[in-house]
Amino acid sequence: MAVMAESAVAQVKRSSMWTRAFESRNFLGAMFMVPAIAILILFLAYPLALGFWLGMTDTKIGGAGRYIGFQNFVSLSKDSVFWLSVFNTIFYTVAASLVKFAIGLYLALLLNERLPFKSMVRAIVLLPFVVPTVLSAIAFWWIYDSQFSIISWVLIKAGLITRYIDFLGDPWNARWSVVAANIWRGVPFVAITLLAGLQTISPSLYEAANLDGATNMQRFRHITLPMLSPIIAVVMTFSVLMTFTDFQLIYTITRGGPINATHLMATLSFQRAITGGNLGEGAAISNAMIPFLVAAILLSFFGLQRSRWQQGGRD
Amino acid sequence: MSTADDESVGMDYLESFPRKFLRVYLPLLLIIFFLLFPFYWMAVATFKPDAEMYDYEKYNPFWIVNPTLEHIKKLFFDTDYPLWMWNTVIVSVSSTFISLFASVCAAYAIERLRYKGSRYVGLAIFLGYLVPPSILFIPLAAIVFQLGLFDGNLALILTYPTFLIPFCTWLLMGYFRTIPYELEECALIDGATRLQILIKITLPLSLPGVISAGIFAFTLSWNEFIYALTFISSSENKTIPVGAITELVNGDVYHWGALMAAALTGSVPVVILYSFFVEYYVSAMTGAVKE
Repeated sequence: MAVMAESAVAQVKRSSMWTRAFESRNFLGAMFMVPAIAILILFLAYPLALGFWLGMTDTKIGGAGRYIGFQNFVSLSKDSVFWLSVFNTIFYTVAASLVKFAIGLYLALLLNERLPFKSMVRAIVLLPFVVPTVLSAIAFWWIYDSQFSIISWVLIKAGLITRYIDFLGDPWNARWSVVAANIWRGVPFVAITLLAGLQTISPSLYEAANLDGATNMQRFRHITLPMLSPIIAVVMTFSVLMTFTDFQLIYTITRGGPINATHLMATLSFQRAITGGNLGEGAAISNAMIPFLVAAILLSFFGLQRSRWQQGGRD
Repeated sequence: MSTADDESVGMDYLESFPRKFLRVYLPLLLIIFFLLFPFYWMAVATFKPDAEMYDYEKYNPFWIVNPTLEHIKKLFFDTDYPLWMWNTVIVSVSSTFISLFASVCAAYAIERLRYKGSRYVGLAIFLGYLVPPSILFIPLAAIVFQLGLFDGNLALILTYPTFLIPFCTWLLMGYFRTIPYELEECALIDGATRLQILIKITLPLSLPGVISAGIFAFTLSWNEFIYALTFISSSENKTIPVGAITELVNGDVYHWGALMAAALTGSVPVVILYSFFVEYYVSAMTGAVKE
């Protein structure tokens, strides 16, 4: 009897310990976090740290590397292909982002008008963003084909040019071609997110401005832009991040050619690390992208804070 | 999304149709033409016989005179395309469900359990969202190889959540925040456990958010390219984007018809799914950016 009573007491004690643990928010919170944190630590945080380390080693595929300090970066700083890829990446990002922003904002303003079939139009506009990038890039590859390009054919028929344009064979043609493909893919994202921002601006502001006799331009300059600036900051940060680290479009359309003229840092690191087998060197190139990314994030973060404060939100 | 749907017509009635056509419809039509043309071109090339595809003098390139299924037949029966499709479906579905499960738990804990330090964990997860795959793929390749996952679906199923979980968690945190806390308090008083509250109250109320996150996560994993390209080497394990770009090009011979057929048929499933859930998709995309 006594033994049974004792074990019963022990059981009650244990179960109360468990229930208390499960009522404790800290314990329960930790339990709920386990799946996400486990995956993120193993496959996000750890590789990020490993990437820093790999960049300091001479690791090859299928062999252990040894620590060589900053030697990868030293050799990269003398590597003209690397500097070309840095130039290409910056050119690609700046050119594509500016045009994406301009067309995206314009398209958002157009979509914010009263339109028939508005939601259908919006759904159609977003298609380039939904379709797998590589698959639409294949279509661009065919559009830019040197012998069967439809653009060249139309221009010749229109009498504007006399011979087929070598879209992907000439360095600057190739750069502008991939920029155009990137714009095509990025415009919908910018436009639809800015449209969501536009829809939150209260129409009464515009009515008040109308009563005060503001012109269209003034309303845009003094109502739309300031109200939209926080969301513009976020959207453009994402857009810059995606463009700067782009890989798919380049890999599909040009593979970095002609003569490395369109290599971005991401495609160059793939070529050196996976195709060429020099994991260490490739990791060093990836790491060289990080300062740019951090700068872009900080810039938008502080831009965001400023505009929130301007609108009288709490800081 | 708080839409200030303007029933107030404003000054719109003052504008004549031709003026509005020039100001709004014409530029809109031009942009839509620019956005849709590559899809049209993809579809035309898919159903065009080779004779027409490479002869612009005899046939107008914009039309198909004798539509053919030859390219699609070649793609489905002479290549590993059905396997790629199968792999893509398996990988996308499993990684989406894994991410949703992990994200629902994490978002609930961060937003509702408010354990010690949950703010910082939330911020850290958001930062994880900003880490692009193109700086992770090299060290990840080393890890995948060490774990013996190389060249298998599992390599992708386990790595895709790295970009899906931060996104889904962030989105779901926003949705959970909108559910009144009082509902949970009532349930707690009635003696429900936290797990019961999550399953019976919070989840059903935030179902639109879960669907949005799921749809968006699914399309993201269907689109993924760089991990699939790096971690998979044999043809039968590839996903559609990787298979199309690596296996349908023999040296200098491009099978344009088959390539286009792969591009078209690989896009159709996502587009169909998207067309059913446009609103959810848009709210996921804009929600993740908004806050």
